[in-house]
Amino acid sequence: MNMHVQIGWRNIWRNPKRTAVILTAIIIGVWSMIFLSGLMRGIADQMVRNGISNLTGHLQLHPHHYRRDPSVDHRISDAERLAAVLRQNLPAGAVWSRRVRVNAVAGNARHSSGVTLVGIDPAKEAQLSFVSSAITRGRYLRSGDNRGIIVGKALLAKYETRLGRKLVLMSQDATGEISSRAFRITGVFQTELKATEKQFVFVNLTAVQKMLQIDSAISEIAVLLPSHQQADAVAGQLRQALAEHKIDVSTWQDLLPLVKATIKIYDSFIFLWFLVVFIAMGFGIVNTTLMAVFERIREFGLLKALGMRPGWIMRMVLTESLFLLMLGLLAGNLLGMLSIYALAETGIDLSAFAAGLEFVGMGRIIFPVVQIRDVVGANLVVVVLGLAVSAYPAYKAAHFTPVQALTHT
Amino acid sequence: MPIVECDAVNKIYQQGRVEVAALQDINLHIPEGAFIALAGPSGSGKTTLLNLIGGLDTATSGTIRVVGKSMAKLTQTQLAQLRLSQVGFVFQSYNLIPVLSAQENVEFVMLLQGIPAAERTGRARSILDTVGLKDKYKRRPAELSGGQQQRVAVARAIVANPAIVLADEPTANLDSKTGQGLLELMQQMNTERNVTFIFATHDQMVMQYAERVVYLKDGRIKTDTLKQHRDKVEPK
Repeated sequence: MNMHVQIGWRNIWRNPKRTAVILTAIIIGVWSMIFLSGLMRGIADQMVRNGISNLTGHLQLHPHHYRRDPSVDHRISDAERLAAVLRQNLPAGAVWSRRVRVNAVAGNARHSSGVTLVGIDPAKEAQLSFVSSAITRGRYLRSGDNRGIIVGKALLAKYETRLGRKLVLMSQDATGEISSRAFRITGVFQTELKATEKQFVFVNLTAVQKMLQIDSAISEIAVLLPSHQQADAVAGQLRQALAEHKIDVSTWQDLLPLVKATIKIYDSFIFLWFLVVFIAMGFGIVNTTLMAVFERIREFGLLKALGMRPGWIMRMVLTESLFLLMLGLLAGNLLGMLSIYALAETGIDLSAFAAGLEFVGMGRIIFPVVQIRDVVGANLVVVVLGLAVSAYPAYKAAHFTPVQALTHT
Repeated sequence: MPIVECDAVNKIYQQGRVEVAALQDINLHIPEGAFIALAGPSGSGKTTLLNLIGGLDTATSGTIRVVGKSMAKLTQTQLAQLRLSQVGFVFQSYNLIPVLSAQENVEFVMLLQGIPAAERTGRARSILDTVGLKDKYKRRPAELSGGQQQRVAVARAIVANPAIVLADEPTANLDSKTGQGLLELMQQMNTERNVTFIFATHDQMVMQYAERVVYLKDGRIKTDTLKQHRDKVEPK
C-alpha cells in the first residue's frame, strides 16, 4: 500500500474516541440524507402513482375547451378517426381507453350530491386504471351491462345504501335538458383515498352515451404508456398528428398540477435537508481536523525539516479527512439502504394523519423509494464539501514555519 | 570549497517592542566532511545557527551558503528540496513519526525523494542493520528506547546520502553509555561516508568527539578550536 495512504489511515486512529465521534456524526448525517430523501421520494412517487391510476393515465386527449368546461357540450364525435391516429402513433405496449366523463348528481331516497359520472369500456379500462382491481364487494362492470353502476365504499356509506339497490343519476344531456337514469349498484370499490370513493361512479360507456344522447361521442381518451418518462415525447408527437383535429393532448404533469408542484417542493426540501445536515456535519469535520492538526504541530515541523513541501502536507491532512468521510459514507449508505430495505415490504403507516394526507393525494402507508441521483447527491455533498472545509486545517498545517512548529509546546 | 559558509550573519527576533539579537556578525566556514560542534550555554544562539544552516529559518542579514547555494535566494519549496536532497536532521526529541515503524521512518525521506519501494526497503534495512537495529524493523517509536529512537533518527538522516547532517542536542535525553554509542556511530558515518556533521550541544562528551568546537555566547562566536592541531582559531 502507498505509504501516504498508510500514514493517513494510521493517523485517523491515533485518537480512536475522537474518530468514533466524528464518524458517528457523518454516519447519522448520511443515513438521514438517504433515508429521508427516500421517504420524500416515496411520498412523491405514491402521489404520482395514485394520480396516474386514479383515471389520469400518462396522457389524456380531450376536445378543445373540455378541461375549462367539462360538460357534454365539449365532446369528440369522430372517435374512430382519433383511434386510428392513436394506433399509428402510440409506442408498443401502450394501452388506451375511451371515456365519457361529466358532472352529475347522484341521489337515492336518503341523500343526493354531486359526483363525477364516468362512462367506461370495462375491458379496456381494466388495463389502465384502478377501478377493476379495487372492487371489494360485488363485481366489476360487464360489457353490455347498461344498468349496472360501481360506486365507492365511502359513497355507499354516505348514501346508507348497499349492493343491489338503485341509484339515480342526473346530468345535462346533449340537448341541454336534464336527463336522468336509474342504475343498480353491482360493485363497490375501495381506494386509499376516501375522496376518490365519494367522487367517482362508473357505468358502461354505452349507457352514458344513451343517457346523454351523444351517440358514440366521447369526452376523453386516457393513455397509459410503458413508462411515465415517455409522456412528454409521445404527447409532442400526438399534438403534431392531431393538429387539425381540435384535440388537446395533456400529460399527467398538466393534469396533476398539485402533484407536480409538490414534487418540486420536495426537491427543494431534499436540497435544504442536505444543506442543513452538511452544515452541522461540516463544523464537526473542521473541529476534528483542526484538533488533529494543532496537537501535531511539532510533527509538521519535523516533516518540513525532512523536506516535505507544503503541498504534500496539505495532501496528507486531506487524505486523513477523506478516510473519515469515506468510512462515514460507507457506513451511512449501508445503514440508509438497510433502513429502506427494512421498510420496503411494510412501509411506514401514517394512518393517524390519513385525513391530512388524503388532501394532498397521499396514501396511508408510505414506501420509501431510492433514487440514484439522491444517493449520488448525498455522497457528493459529503465528499466535496467535506474536503472543502478540511482545506482550512490542511492549509494551516502546511503553512506553519518549521521553527515555529518545532519549538511549539 | 566549504560546504557551509556564513558571512556577517545576524538574526534578530522581535519580542513585542523589544528586539533580541540571537546571532551577531557570525562568520563561519565549514569544510566538507567536518565533524563540528556548536557549543555554548542555553540562549547562546547555537540552535538558531543550526536552523539557519538547515534553511528552517532565515537570517535577518548576512549571507549563508550551503552546498554552494545562497539560502536567502531560495523559495520555501526550493528550501524544502534542498533539505530533502542535501540535509539530514537529528533533533533532541520528537524525532520520529509515531505512526510509522522504524523501517518506515527511515524509508520516509526516500519516499519523498521518489525512490522505488523495493530500493527503499533494501536501503532502509541495510542502514538499520548498520546502526544496530537489525531486529527492530517493525517496531513503532513508542516500542523503542530513547537511544534506539535516536539511532533510527540517525539512520533516517543519512540514508538518503545527504551532504550535511545537522544534529540538535542529539544526546541530551540519553544516558552517557547510549550517547557515546550514538556518537561513535555518527563518527563512523562521518569517516566512512564523508558526511559533514554539525552538532548544537552543551554536552561535554559531544565536544570531546568533535574535531572542531565553535563556542558561542550571547549570539557571538567566542572561540573556534580545531582540536586535531590543538590550536585556537580566532573567528573571522
